[in-house]
Amino acid sequence: MNYNADEKGYYGEFGGAFIPEMLYPNVEELRANYLKIMYEDSFQEEFNQLLKDYVGRPSPLYFAKRLSEKHGCKIYLKREDLNHTGAHKINNTIGQILMAQKLGKTRIIAETGAGQHGVATATVCALMGLECIVYMGEIDIARQAPNVARMKMLGAEVRPAKSGSRTLKDATNEAIRDWINNPVDTHYIIGSAIGPHPYPDMVTRFQSVISEEIKWQLKEKEGRENPDYVVACIGGGSNAAGTYYHFLHEPEVGIIAVEAAGKGVNSGESAATSALGKVGIIHGCKTMLMQTPDGQITEPYSISAGLDYPGVGPMHSHLYKTGRAEFYSATDDEAMAAGLELTQLEGIIPAIETGHAFAIFAHKKFKKDDVVVISLSGRGDKDLNTYIDYFKLA
Amino acid sequence: MSNRIKSKLQEDKKLLSIYFTAGYPSLNDTVQIIQDLEKNDVDMIEIGLPFSDPLADGPTIQESSTHALKNGMTTELLFDQLKDIRKSVSIPLIIMGYFNPMLQYGVEAFCKKCHEIGIDGLIMPDLPLDVYQSDYEAIFKKYGLLNIFLITPQTSDQRIHQIDKASDGFIYMVSSASVTGSKSGFGQEQENYFERVAAMNLKNTQIVGFGIKDAETFKQATKTAKGAIIGSAFIKHLTANGITKIADFINKIR
Repeated sequence: MNYNADEKGYYGEFGGAFIPEMLYPNVEELRANYLKIMYEDSFQEEFNQLLKDYVGRPSPLYFAKRLSEKHGCKIYLKREDLNHTGAHKINNTIGQILMAQKLGKTRIIAETGAGQHGVATATVCALMGLECIVYMGEIDIARQAPNVARMKMLGAEVRPAKSGSRTLKDATNEAIRDWINNPVDTHYIIGSAIGPHPYPDMVTRFQSVISEEIKWQLKEKEGRENPDYVVACIGGGSNAAGTYYHFLHEPEVGIIAVEAAGKGVNSGESAATSALGKVGIIHGCKTMLMQTPDGQITEPYSISAGLDYPGVGPMHSHLYKTGRAEFYSATDDEAMAAGLELTQLEGIIPAIETGHAFAIFAHKKFKKDDVVVISLSGRGDKDLNTYIDYFKLA
Repeated sequence: MSNRIKSKLQEDKKLLSIYFTAGYPSLNDTVQIIQDLEKNDVDMIEIGLPFSDPLADGPTIQESSTHALKNGMTTELLFDQLKDIRKSVSIPLIIMGYFNPMLQYGVEAFCKKCHEIGIDGLIMPDLPLDVYQSDYEAIFKKYGLLNIFLITPQTSDQRIHQIDKASDGFIYMVSSASVTGSKSGFGQEQENYFERVAAMNLKNTQIVGFGIKDAETFKQATKTAKGAIIGSAFIKHLTANGITKIADFINKIR
């Protein structure tokens, strides 16, 4: 079984490029060039240099001793939270900004949910001196105020998405409309492993530095490259895609995905796409998607803005459908409790998105010798207000 | 029976096509709007099947779509509203929508239903050419439905020829790089594009859409093209005046 994208961008039955003709020239230009550009020596050199000196890679693989004792297995944390800008998102934006430059684009647009991708995009635009416009749902602007301020300070324009649920889905719609209106000079930096081909594959390849590092880091610590499990939270699924990538075809590595159940999978307020979704088309790709029987996309809910998305990347739909990955979902309460536990046992405040990955221990019991690598995809600074309100810390 | 779109394209006149969103302003306005448009000498109608996330549409059609869905519009209900439409209306009818609702209904079931009702063609902007040709063309043809493709100012000559070859009926010529309803008036850039396409001697005629809102833009758009489509401007008229004054709008166009 192949778990990567084929030439047309399909992962099994999922993926492809379901785009209006207005987007065809841009998407086709990218599709025809992305692999060639990405694997040029000069591109790789610049990309790796920036990841090292600017992002601070490799990110540590940290053995979490107290958390391991608590849950009775060997837990390693892949510290993407220590990257510049505080999450894994920067790996992809560095790659895509270099790609945009090679394609001669001068104006950058992006969508953002939690604001992490928006900040990562605004950051690389400041670094390269390019104009940056970030679309963000009105609701998310309110609940992620620190990130909004960071984007503005970095010189980006934050445009509110006011339609639909006013969250990540709608921000993505607005970014796509912007690209339709500005087809010549603009590159759209999609932040997740979603969208029309080649985006899911391109984003996954840029994020695959995560699993590449895990391999050699684990070899140093445990004497073997392959853990028993890799665990990641999934909204669109970019940190998960990067965490899984080099293990997809290693059958002894269990792949675990944790989605956001919101107030409960069947509460009507959830973003657990694998449990609630059906095959459909969203934002240019065929994937699992939360929708009405009539094919209208439904409004998701999660306490974490970054997981508040009604679809999931096509690679993950394929991993779910084929059974290659185990899918779980964690409620708001479980994610918040897991975030607090990590904070108090290891002194690390995770992003609420990331808290979902740590809620795996409420759902699955691991064996004593199991080596479990969890993607600590982002830090929780941006979520302090939500933590303060939830735990009544003020 | 030959397809009504093809017959209409043979007529010696510039064609006016009107788009509206089914279920807007009120859920059951669909049939009344279609009948009034025909009565006022509109040549062709695009019935918009509303979608929650209309990527190619600007604010006006986003709002009419959201409103129509809130009113309770569904694919099944639209088909039900249209079941007797051919008893009273004879101009070409096209359903314009996004691909996901069609996919959920079942592509073949959707096409079959369109055929039974007397729909002549479909416009599905996010059903791309290659997927259509590999997976769905045979089904569309089986039920006598023309699939209308879009081109834009950024579409290469080579791609336009490819689309022309795959098309049967007309090509939907998007006037400018934009979502629906967002440009006002046409400039030199549009005229150059209209002329470039006209000079390509395509086998299919072209009908221009996006940015047409009044007599002047209709005239500009149809200088070289066979006809023009008005959508957002008509929706705005419905929003402001309801469905009883459709004649006022149409009479101002030509």
